Amino acid sequence: MSNQIQPTGLDETVIPTHVPESQGRLIWRRFVGNKVAVASVILIVVIIVFAIAAIGNGLIPGWWKFSYKELNPQVNRGDPTLSLVPVWLGGNGVSLGEHPFGQDRIGKDYFAMTMRGIQNSVLFMVVFGFIATFIGVVVGAVAGYYRGWVDAVLMRVTDVFIVIPALVIGAVVGHWLGSLGAPVLAIMLAFFSWMGIARLVRGEFLSLREREFVEAARVAGASDARIIFKHILPNAIGVVIVSATLIMASAILLETALSYLGYGIRSPDVSLGLLISANQSAFQTRPWLFWWPGVFIVSLALLVNFVGDGLRDAFDPRHRRFKLSKMRETRSEPELNA
Amino acid sequence: MVSFILRRLLVSVLILVAASFLMYVLVAYSADPLQDLTSSNSPNKEQLINARVQLLDLDVPPPLRWVLWLGGVAKCAIPFANACDLGSTVSNAQVVDILPGALAATVQLVTLALVLAILLGVMIGIVTALRQYSGLDNTVTFISFFLYSLPAFLVAVLLKEFVAIGFNNFLRDPVIGAIVALVIGLVMGAIWQSLLGGDAKRRLVVFLVSGAATASVLLLMSATNWFMNPGLGPIVIILVSAAIAFAVTLVLAGLRNRRAFITGGINAGIAIAGYFLLQPLFDVSSAGTLAILALVTLAVGAISGYLMGGYDRGQNIRVGMVTAGLCGAIVLLDRFMQSWGDLLEATNGRPIATVGSKTPGASGDVWLSGLDAFAHLTLPTIALLLISFAGYTRYSRAGMLEVLSLDYIRTARAKGLPERTVIMRHAFRNMLIPLTTLVAFDVGALLGGAIITEKVFAIPGMGNLFNQGLGRGDLNPVMGYFLIVAAMAITFNFLADMAYAGLDPRVRIR
Repeated sequence: MSNQIQPTGLDETVIPTHVPESQGRLIWRRFVGNKVAVASVILIVVIIVFAIAAIGNGLIPGWWKFSYKELNPQVNRGDPTLSLVPVWLGGNGVSLGEHPFGQDRIGKDYFAMTMRGIQNSVLFMVVFGFIATFIGVVVGAVAGYYRGWVDAVLMRVTDVFIVIPALVIGAVVGHWLGSLGAPVLAIMLAFFSWMGIARLVRGEFLSLREREFVEAARVAGASDARIIFKHILPNAIGVVIVSATLIMASAILLETALSYLGYGIRSPDVSLGLLISANQSAFQTRPWLFWWPGVFIVSLALLVNFVGDGLRDAFDPRHRRFKLSKMRETRSEPELNA
Repeated sequence: MVSFILRRLLVSVLILVAASFLMYVLVAYSADPLQDLTSSNSPNKEQLINARVQLLDLDVPPPLRWVLWLGGVAKCAIPFANACDLGSTVSNAQVVDILPGALAATVQLVTLALVLAILLGVMIGIVTALRQYSGLDNTVTFISFFLYSLPAFLVAVLLKEFVAIGFNNFLRDPVIGAIVALVIGLVMGAIWQSLLGGDAKRRLVVFLVSGAATASVLLLMSATNWFMNPGLGPIVIILVSAAIAFAVTLVLAGLRNRRAFITGGINAGIAIAGYFLLQPLFDVSSAGTLAILALVTLAVGAISGYLMGGYDRGQNIRVGMVTAGLCGAIVLLDRFMQSWGDLLEATNGRPIATVGSKTPGASGDVWLSGLDAFAHLTLPTIALLLISFAGYTRYSRAGMLEVLSLDYIRTARAKGLPERTVIMRHAFRNMLIPLTTLVAFDVGALLGGAIITEKVFAIPGMGNLFNQGLGRGDLNPVMGYFLIVAAMAITFNFLADMAYAGLDPRVRIR
């Protein structure tokens, strides 16, 4: 942003004299111009850093005094002690109190549990997203590049996996391995969730492999692996990044749904879906047990969706989806829909 | 064409077989069908375990057991033999016998939700596409993103807490205060003015009129104790039928098309006459009678449209059928409302149920049981609707925008067609083509049951079958569920391809 020459908001096509920007910078600038997406990225980072800093993770110590496992004496019937209204507005002053998010029925600190749930959900999301994307890219690239019988076999395998609904396979795998924690669950589930990306990448490769620059690379003697990873893949990276983000958003929902059904992360470990599942009957008496994890599930999924949408806009300005500002100005871009 | 279909069929069967092997082995190794017995302390424990091992062939390793299972499934392919064998559950019930009931419950659950989601989603998607980047568009976009990010169980639990329990509590003392009515009126006014659009003056008029109308209707309903004793009555039926005829003609044919307008009017008139004449018949109706009446209604609409003639009979027929269908629905709705009192009695004044699919002991005529089913399906339907509605809005908005930017739309406008014709007859129809794929996928997926929605609302459907089977380590019902879901997914995928090729002449089947 800092050394940028043009004021933001102007159409990229009217850049007059300067050296043309690289594709990467163009995309970066379009993404940064999307306030919703940038704000979402910042918020996600804040949430993750806060959740890790609060109760720590592994070797990292946390500043919060309770852990998500220990039982504590009931304070104030387990009501949340968080207070956000300052004294001068007639409230109790801004303070966390003993248990800011309250306590559950057996006295565990709900703030620590929620933070642990966020950690697990985010960990699941990231691991799942990376592995599923990796498998999908490899399968799609090989199928699209080699075509012929390789393509036929790989795509039939994809069809076999696609027939099984995600939630069903998730339940079976979770039932089997859920007690091993978020990373194992994420890795296993990713092996059954790469099909969408594989199909997209294959489509991109099928069209890109016919282009002149691939021909040039082949004439220059580049190996297949080099052509795939150095020449074609960078041109298909937009599709990959966007669908990786969107698959991450759906991963959050998948994990919470599995935990809700009882096939995901198991007690004593904590996930956001598990918290809601364990406490839905307490809605009347202790609604905060329901609200805190619910708020974080929805905000994480929503923010990741916004980021994915911002990335889609940045990579492919034709499919502009959600941009609150500057919509009319950028409209002069040519609409090249087939 | 034939060779294409045959090839697809063969590949589909192979895919199904391979996927079933994957699923079978996964479930067999993850689940323990003996878990309840090994932890029991009944005296004949060994005997029970042996019996179950015998029943389910548990002494055969899973990959081989899959072959046995596949042999039973293969018998389904023999026509009219009725020799299907999908194995039995741990409690020795045949999976073939329990599948139809579960499938029926699921179909009942998802049909209305899917139809409403498609209708509402497409309608709102089109309106937002026509008002791109307006306040309405951005609001709807935000809402659909929000709905995308809501976990199904969260929606379901919130609906239970607020809609069901809230509404039932409201019925205890059904009075709407003036302030509440005013607030609802303001909100409705704001929604209507953003939907209808126009310049500032028109928006203000729409806002005031619709807001005031909403608030006063609410107050009137509250004052006449409408919520305990609802009904539409002849005046409302006549007014609403006329409005339907007017609106349908306006959207589908334009008011300048006199023949279409008259067709709509005739059908509204027939519906009003039917309202007065058919009440005695309604009282003794069964579900079959109602189905026949519905068909007759649509036929009357079509025939009246055909008889009106003119240069475009298809348009008249559409106007006639849609008007007749909608007006008939209003008349039916009125009759259902008359049974509201019975339902309140049967449910102790708390009609909106949060679990199950019917009230035990609430048996009665078709109206009462229909209303009862409706009261049970309301919440799960809303939950499913909210989830799939967002996708349809996004897709139809994007599709409409794409179609509207094409050259033939410019041509249509350039030759002077009215905007209504351009949108409804040129853009709308072509926008629907890619949507068929989405609908086919959704139907296939939803027939597999909404696992989570069914769990939250305790509906004995397909999702429930799967979930319970997996929880008990019961392999055969899980596989029976999977077989239906996978076959549905493949079938509808295939149908989508065929429909696409049929609708879009640019796509050709190899």
